[in-house]
Amino acid sequence: MKALIVGETRQGELLNASQEGAAFAEIIGAEPVHFLVGDKENLPWVRGPIYLADVSKYGEYSPNVHLSLLLEVVRREAPEVIVFSHSSYGWDLAPRLSLQLKAGQISEVVDVRDGAFVVPACNAKLRRTIRPLGDISVVTLQAGAFGPFQASEGTTTVIDVGTDNTDTITFSGYEKDATGDVALDKAEVIVSAGRGVGEADGLTLIKALAAVFHGEYGASRPIVDAGWTQPNRQIGVTGQVVSPKLYMACGISGAIQHLMGMKNSDFVVAINTDKDAPISDVADVMVVADLKQFVPVLIEKIQGR
Amino acid sequence: MKILVCVKQVPDMASKFTINADGNWYGEQGLAWRMNEYDEFAVEQAVRLWEQEVGAELVVISIGPARCREAIKKALAMGADRGVHVEDENCFKKDPYQIAGILAEYAKGEHFDLIFTGMQSQDRGSGQVGVLLAGMLGLDVVTTIIGFAYQDGKIRVKRELEGGLKAVVEVSSPALLTCQLGLAQPRYPTLPNIMKAKKKELTLISVDDLQQLPSLSQTALVEFPQRRKGGLVLEGDVNDLADELVAILKEKTTVLARK
Ligand SMILES: Cc1cc2nc3c(=O)[nH]c(=O)nc-3n(C[C@H](O)[C@H](O)[C@H](O)COP(=O)(O)OP(=O)(O)OC[C@H]3O[C@@H](n4cnc5c(N)ncnc54)[C@H](O)[C@@H]3O)c2cc1C
Ligand SMILES: Nc1ncnc2c1ncn2[C@@H]1O[C@H](COP(=O)(O)O)[C@@H](O)[C@H]1O
Repeated sequence: MKALIVGETRQGELLNASQEGAAFAEIIGAEPVHFLVGDKENLPWVRGPIYLADVSKYGEYSPNVHLSLLLEVVRREAPEVIVFSHSSYGWDLAPRLSLQLKAGQISEVVDVRDGAFVVPACNAKLRRTIRPLGDISVVTLQAGAFGPFQASEGTTTVIDVGTDNTDTITFSGYEKDATGDVALDKAEVIVSAGRGVGEADGLTLIKALAAVFHGEYGASRPIVDAGWTQPNRQIGVTGQVVSPKLYMACGISGAIQHLMGMKNSDFVVAINTDKDAPISDVADVMVVADLKQFVPVLIEKIQGR
Repeated sequence: MKILVCVKQVPDMASKFTINADGNWYGEQGLAWRMNEYDEFAVEQAVRLWEQEVGAELVVISIGPARCREAIKKALAMGADRGVHVEDENCFKKDPYQIAGILAEYAKGEHFDLIFTGMQSQDRGSGQVGVLLAGMLGLDVVTTIIGFAYQDGKIRVKRELEGGLKAVVEVSSPALLTCQLGLAQPRYPTLPNIMKAKKKELTLISVDDLQQLPSLSQTALVEFPQRRKGGLVLEGDVNDLADELVAILKEKTTVLARK
C-alpha cells in the first residue's frame, strides 16, 4: 500500500503535516510518498520521495492550482490513501481532491482500527469508526493525534511537479490579530470563561476569580465572537496557546480546538454542569456545579483563607 | 440575485447522548435539537447580503427527518424568503458525498449566485458537504470564512487559519462559501418575524424523488470514547466543593502559596 502525504507551508515555514502524515503511514504500514508546495531549501525530514512544487510560483493558498498539482502526483504514483492534516489547508483541499477521485474521505482521524478510521463525533462525546468503500481514500488527521515522525536525515529524492498557475481564487495576503498587551503566556493562573457563563455579566464573575489568584482571565471562542471580550483573550488553536500553572475552565465544554490551546497547562480545573463534557479529558479536577453558584463561594473561601 | 443557504439540524452538544440500536449513530431519545451553530452564521451572512442586494431571493434548504423543519423555520424567521425541506429519515446513514449529491440535485437547476454552508456540522464534523457541493455544481469555493464583502459579483473574504492568522481571498460569483463561527453574529428572530415566517413558503420534497449517488464510506461503529485522564470528579454541595477544591489547590499547586 502506498500513502501520499500532503505537507503544508505557512508564511514560509514548514508545518507539521508531513511529519504527522509520515507517522500515520507507518502505523498503517504504507510506503510513504510526499507532496509539498514549498521551498527546496526547506524540506521536511522524511523517508520516501517528495514531489515538490515551487511555492514562489504556486503560492501558499491557491486551491484550484494545488488540486491540479496533486492530481498529477496521484496519476503518477497511484496511492491507495492520501493523507492531509485536518487544518485550514487540509480541510479546504482534501474534499476537492476526494471529489475528483470519487474517493471516500474520512475527516479528523484520531486512530486506526482494522483498516477503518476512528473519528470524534458530537464534540468528542462519541467516536465513530468509518470504513472507506472504494480502492482509494482520503483522510485528514487531527493535529497531534499521530507522530510526529522524524527521519534521521532528509529525503534524497526530490521530484519537481508543475502546472499552469492561474487560479480563479486569488490570495491577496495575510492578516494577523494584534495580541495587544495581555500577557496570557506569562500568567501563572488563567481563569477562562465559556458559554456556560450565560450573559456578558457572567464574565464579571470570572474576572473576579482571576483577580483573587492574581492571574489573568481568558475565554473560549463564543465569548469572543459575541464581543464580550477581545480576541487577544481567546484560548485555542485560532487564539493563544498557553500553559499556566493553573488553568480553570468555567463553563467550557472542551472542544478539541479549545483543548489545543490549554492542554499543556500544569493543572487543570473544570467547572461544568455537564459531567460528561469533554473538558474532563484534560481536567485534573472536574467540579460538577453551576458556576454561578460555585464561583462566588470559591472566591469567598480563597479570600477568607 | 439568488442565494442558497444549507442548514442542518443537530442535537444540542450538552445533551446526554445514547447510541442507537444499530450501533451506527446516536439515539434520538432525550436530545434537544437546534440549528447547527456554523449554519446560524451562514444564515445571518446570507440575510445580510439579501438586505444589501435589493430584490435578491434567499432560499434555505435542509435534508433530514420531519423535525428538521424547525431549523428551516428558524432561518425563515431570521429573514430567508422560502424554505425547502428534503425529507429523509435515513439522512444520518448517508455519507457527505451523498448529502452533497442531494443538495446538488436540488440546486443545479436553480442557478444560485451564492451558496452559504457551515464549515462543519457539530454532530458529524466532516467539513466536506460544502466543498463537495461546490465541486458538483462547478463553483469556486472558499472555506472557513470569518469576513465577507460582496460588490458587483466580486467577493472578498477572510479565511481563518491557525493562531489568529487570516488570509484575504478574492473570488467571483457564482461561488460557495463555508462559514466559520464569528462570521456575523446571528440575530435572534423576533416574535413578529417568527409569526411572519409561518406564512412563508416551505416546499417539501421526498428524497426518493431526487437522484442519489452511491456512498463512498460507511460507518462501522459508534461508541463512547474512553476518557483519557481520569481526573478527580467532585460533586455535591457548593460549599463543600469549594473547600475541597481549595485544599486540592494548596496540595497540588503553588498558586495559593504565597498570597
Ligand atoms: C476551525 C475552528 C477553530 C476554532 N478555534 C477555537 C479556539 O481557538 N478557541 C475556542 O475556544 N474555540 C474554538 N473553536 C470553537 C470550538 O469548536 C467550540 O465551538 C467552542 O470552544 C465552544 O465554546 P464553549 O465551550 O464556551 O461553549 P459550549 O461548547 O457551548 O459549552 C458550554 C459549556 O458550559 C456548560 N455550562 C452551561 N451552563 C453552565 C453553568 N451554569 N455552570 C457551569 N457550566 C455550564 C455546558 O455544560 C457546556 O459544557 C474553533 C472551531 C473551529 C471549527
Ligand atoms: N442534512 C443536511 N441538510 C442541509 N445541509 C447540510 C446537511 N448536512 C450538512 N449540511 C451543510 O454542510 C455543512 C458541512 O457539514 P459536514 O460536512 O457534515 O460537516 C453544514 O454546516 C451544512 O451547511
